[in-house]
Amino acid sequence: MAQDALQQQPQFQGDIVESGLLRQLKWNIQDTLVIAWRNLMHIRRQPRLLVLSTVQPIMFLLLFTFVFGGAIEFRFPGDNYINFLLPGILIQAVIFGTTQTTVNIAEDIQKGVIDRFRSLPMGRTAVLAGRTLSDAARGLFVVTLMLIVGFLIGFRPEGTILNIVGAIFLAVSFGFVFSWISAFIGLLVGDVETAQVAGFIWVFPLVFASSIFVDPSTMPDWLRGFAENQPLSAIANAVRGLFFGDVSLQTVLLALAWIAGIFLVFMPLAVWQYGRSTD
Amino acid sequence: METIVAENVYKAYGEVQALNGVSLSVPKGQILGLLGPNGAGKTTLVRCLTTLLVPDSGTLTIGGYDVLTEKDKVRQIIGLSGQYSAVDEQLTGRENLIMVGRLYHLDPANVRNRADELLAQFSLEDAANRPVKTYSGGMRRRLDLAASVIADPPVLFLDEPTTGLDPYARKESWNFIRKLVTEGTTLLLTTQYLEEADYLADNIVLINKGEVAAEGTADELKANLASDVIEFRPEDRDQRQAALEAVSAFGHDDPQIDEETGLITVAVDEGSKSLMEVVRALDQKGIAIGDLSLRRPSLDDVFLSLTQQA
Ligand SMILES: Nc1ncnc2c1ncn2[C@@H]1O[C@H](COP(=O)(O)OP(=O)(O)O)[C@@H](O)[C@H]1O
Ligand SMILES: [Mg+2]
Repeated sequence: MAQDALQQQPQFQGDIVESGLLRQLKWNIQDTLVIAWRNLMHIRRQPRLLVLSTVQPIMFLLLFTFVFGGAIEFRFPGDNYINFLLPGILIQAVIFGTTQTTVNIAEDIQKGVIDRFRSLPMGRTAVLAGRTLSDAARGLFVVTLMLIVGFLIGFRPEGTILNIVGAIFLAVSFGFVFSWISAFIGLLVGDVETAQVAGFIWVFPLVFASSIFVDPSTMPDWLRGFAENQPLSAIANAVRGLFFGDVSLQTVLLALAWIAGIFLVFMPLAVWQYGRSTD
Repeated sequence: METIVAENVYKAYGEVQALNGVSLSVPKGQILGLLGPNGAGKTTLVRCLTTLLVPDSGTLTIGGYDVLTEKDKVRQIIGLSGQYSAVDEQLTGRENLIMVGRLYHLDPANVRNRADELLAQFSLEDAANRPVKTYSGGMRRRLDLAASVIADPPVLFLDEPTTGLDPYARKESWNFIRKLVTEGTTLLLTTQYLEEADYLADNIVLINKGEVAAEGTADELKANLASDVIEFRPEDRDQRQAALEAVSAFGHDDPQIDEETGLITVAVDEGSKSLMEVVRALDQKGIAIGDLSLRRPSLDDVFLSLTQQA
């Protein structure tokens, strides 16, 4: 009966009911790319967004290098603070970038764009995967830019090319999985104003109570326990180690485990929240 | 064959019972006007029918597919233009259409032609390559309509497609909507305007406070109400209640009173005969009246009497 209704509609060109995993996968990938394209077009049409998301980490880089660098090197003579700082600040840059995702998703909900997507025969993961993928592209751009600026002010990595590529890969992948968290929060709060705060506020302590800016061994005990064991430190340590070709396999595996763990938890959570009908 | 079917649909948001047992159906190729005032539950029903919202209970089918369990199949045969234009501000009009077309999995080679065709059909050619943020409200609405039909879906939902448009743009949109449905599309259209339902729809379902208050063609609704309407106003405020009681026997439904102006409306069968009886009844009770009139009913009377009763 249902098929009947469709066949009597010869002008309907949409994708007629069809199963098959491969086909579904193909559509999912295509849908994801379409959404990623859309998000990248947003950046192209509003370059100020990209400027904002790069100016801020560069400012952090310069401020920390020149304002605190002296004091930190004074305490640890012989250290070159920029070499410590840059690998860590890459993590901060990609993470701060993804907080924009929370806002963007909330905006799409508020404007009804998500409703339109949800009423289309597209893959359930595509809207979010497209978003996190375009975030990763932006992350790669920001990381590259930071490396150039870092090099200009004295950053000198010592690892092999392979090490350095690995470090960049870790930083960008962490940004990618982190943006699934940001997307999940955006779906949860659903309005732009809340998202502006909710997407951001909790990230601050996470970034500062870590090995991104300073060695946690200088922190008070109660904080150090957290700072040494939280994921941002795990990633920062691995990235830093890779840049200087001085890293244990265990450190890299721990970073990869965090990346995989966050992905495996927050990807399904976000997809589930997306599929849930919003009231 | 019924293409859109909703049976006994209930949906509450916390304390608010947005849908209180709504049933309706739309035969293939027909246009149903879902008419109701603000807050009647129109959007809620449309969201339930288009897989966006799960009702608390009830059955929903589209083209024979169960909306709750066969979401994917339903999504392949429906088009939706929601209450607020859901077009992407940063993309151009053409890009918006191409994006939606690709997400319907249309053939990439055809999607461009189809987009251009729609841009022409909806008079958006000149603005096709401008970002949507430069569009007027009417243009956005048209683009949103175009997006909803890019895959020629056999079943279409338009939620208040002309709300917020000026009268000129509204008339224009009516023409577009008429064109959309000439090809056998089944359409459910919501509106707050009787005139719109009257002009566009084959059948009208009037809902109010989450319940179906009346249904039928525009003519049936008018005929059902009454053939004539008597209006009068008691001169003395204190006699309003007495006047209502005195005439309550004459109307089809309970007489209506406008609390602000004190105007009482009685819907009756045979105007002039009833007029005499009404005047006599009021006279017997010693109620002095002013502004007495007898007129033909408008669809607005149907709307008002049905939506005020509940
Ligand atoms: N997300 C929501 N949360 C709480 N109440 C809602 C929500 N959406 C709609 N309502 C309420 O449900 C009722 C029906 O709303 P709606 O379906 O939007 O009506 P309409 O589209 O006819 O104007 C209204 O009382 C409205 O306030
Ligand atoms: Mg509505």
